[in-house]
Amino acid sequence: MTDFDLAPDNLPNPPRAHIAADPKPFLQFKATKTLHTTSGPQLLDVRFELPKGGKLAIYGPSGAGKTTLLRILSGLTTATTGYIEVDGEVWLDTTRRIDLPTRHRSIGFVFQDFALFPHLTVRQQLEYARDKTTDGKIVAELLDLMELESLQHLRPALLSGGQQQRVALARAIARRPRLLLLDEPLSALDDEMRYKLQEYLLKIHLHYELTTLLVSHHLPEVLRLSDKVMVLEKGSVSREGSPSALFFAPSQNPSPAPFQTVGEITAIAFSEGNYIITVLCAGTLINVTLTAAQAAHLAIGKKVWVTSNDFHAVINPLV
Amino acid sequence: MIDWQPLWLSLRLALITTTILLLLAIPLGYWLAYSRHRWKIAAEAVISLPMVLPPTVLGFYLLLAFSPSQGFGRWLDHHFNIRLAFTFPGLVIASLFYSLPFTVNPIVAGFRMLPADLRNASRTLGKSDWTTLVRILLPNIRASLITGAVLSFAHTIGEFGVVMMIGGGIPGQTRVASVALYDEVQSMNNGMANRYALVLLAFSFIILLLVYGINQQTGKSKTML
Repeated sequence: MTDFDLAPDNLPNPPRAHIAADPKPFLQFKATKTLHTTSGPQLLDVRFELPKGGKLAIYGPSGAGKTTLLRILSGLTTATTGYIEVDGEVWLDTTRRIDLPTRHRSIGFVFQDFALFPHLTVRQQLEYARDKTTDGKIVAELLDLMELESLQHLRPALLSGGQQQRVALARAIARRPRLLLLDEPLSALDDEMRYKLQEYLLKIHLHYELTTLLVSHHLPEVLRLSDKVMVLEKGSVSREGSPSALFFAPSQNPSPAPFQTVGEITAIAFSEGNYIITVLCAGTLINVTLTAAQAAHLAIGKKVWVTSNDFHAVINPLV
Repeated sequence: MIDWQPLWLSLRLALITTTILLLLAIPLGYWLAYSRHRWKIAAEAVISLPMVLPPTVLGFYLLLAFSPSQGFGRWLDHHFNIRLAFTFPGLVIASLFYSLPFTVNPIVAGFRMLPADLRNASRTLGKSDWTTLVRILLPNIRASLITGAVLSFAHTIGEFGVVMMIGGGIPGQTRVASVALYDEVQSMNNGMANRYALVLLAFSFIILLLVYGINQQTGKSKTML
C-alpha cells in the first residue's frame, strides 16, 4: 500500500453539489383582484419576483391592470387574495390577514400626474418626504442631483412638466425607499423631455441602488429603463423576459452594432428610387435611406429598432 | 340711542358657535368626504336638514329636549344641575345644530375637490392620516375653511326662529339682535327697529362680499350659496 493508494474510505467527504436553497428574491408578489373595466369585469392574476437592484417594466395596453398592480404593491388598493414580501418583510398575506398600511411600506411612488403638494415649495416637498431619522443632507443632495437648486423655492404651479416630474422623482426618493414605483411617469412629457428624464431615472437608480418597477406603454422607455419586462394583457402576464428577447425577432438579435436605438417612424418619403424613412429616436430625427424591398413593411407610426454597421443603417420593425 | 347689548350678544353667540363648529366640522367633513360607510348618506341628510327645515321646527324639538320636566332635559337638570331652555348655553347648542351644514358642506366640498392622489402621495411618503390632514389637506382647503367659518358666523347672527323658541328673548341673556328688532316692531318702535335692521343688513352684506371675494381669489366656487 503506497501513500498514493488512498482507499475511498480515507477520502474526506467529497464536496457535494451545492444545493443551497435559492436565496429569497428581494421582492415576491402574487395577487388576484377583479378589475372593473369598460368591457366588463376581468380578473387580474399576476405573480412575479424581482432581485435587489432589478428594473422591471410592466408593459401593456391600458386597462390591462398595470396601475392596479402598482397600487396593490403600495397598499393603495386592496387585493382579493395575495402575498407580497419585500426584503424579508411581509407586506401582504391575505391568508394570514396581514395587510401593512401604505405608510409602513418602504416605497417611493411617482404618480402619473405627479401629485405634488400645491402649497409647498420644491424644497419643502422634499423636507416633508424625508424620513426624519435619516440624514438631512439628502435634500440638498437630491436638489443637486436632479438640478433643482435654482427652483427650490418655487411652488409646483410655476414649474414646467419636466421640472414637476423631477420634483416628483426626488420627493419619492427622499425617504430612501426600498422600492421605487413609477406609474407612467413620463407620459405627460414630450419626447425630448422624456429622453432627458430617462437619464435622470437611470442616474437615480444607480446612485441610490434602488429596485425599480416601471409601468409604461411607451416601448422606447421600457427598452431603455428596464432589464426585465413583463407584458400584461387582460389582467395576466402574457410574456416576460429581457427586453431584447421579448421585442426583437430572433433573426435580428443579437447583432453587436456600434449604434442602436429605438424609435417611431414619423415620415416616409420617396426620392430617386429610394425610400427615405424618418425615425424619431429619443428626441432626434434620423433619416435612413432604404430600397423599396426594405421599406415594404414599414409604415408611419410603426415602432422600429434602428441599428447601424459601417455607415449602413438598418431598420427593423419591432415584434 | 341704540341698545348695543343685543348686537354684542349676537356677536358673542356667533363667535362661540363658529369656533366650536370648525372643530366639529373638520373631522365630520373628513369622514363624510372619504368614508364609504353605509350610513354616510343618512348622516349627510341629517346634517343638511336645518337648511330646508323651518327654524321653528328645529326650535320646537330642541325645546322639548331641553325641557327640565322630561327626558334629556330632566336628566341634565337632575344629574348636572344644567338647564338649557331659555339660557345662553341652550342658544349655543341650538345654533350649533342650525349652522352645522353651513360649516360642514363647504369643507366636504373642499376635501372632495382635492385630487385623490394628494392624500395617497402623502401616505406613500410614510405619513399618518393625521399628519396628512394637518400638513397637506387642510392647507389646501383653506378657502373652504374660511368660507365655512364666515357662513356659519353670518348664519348664526341672522337666525331668528330657533333663538325665539329656545331663548325667549331674555334681555342680556338670550335677546339677540334679530329678536330685539322683532320686539321693537311689536312695540311700534319703528325708529329703533330700523337701526337694528340697518346694522344687520350692512353686516350681512359685508360678510357675503367677503365670501365671494375669497372664492374669486381661489378661482373656485366652494360656497353652498
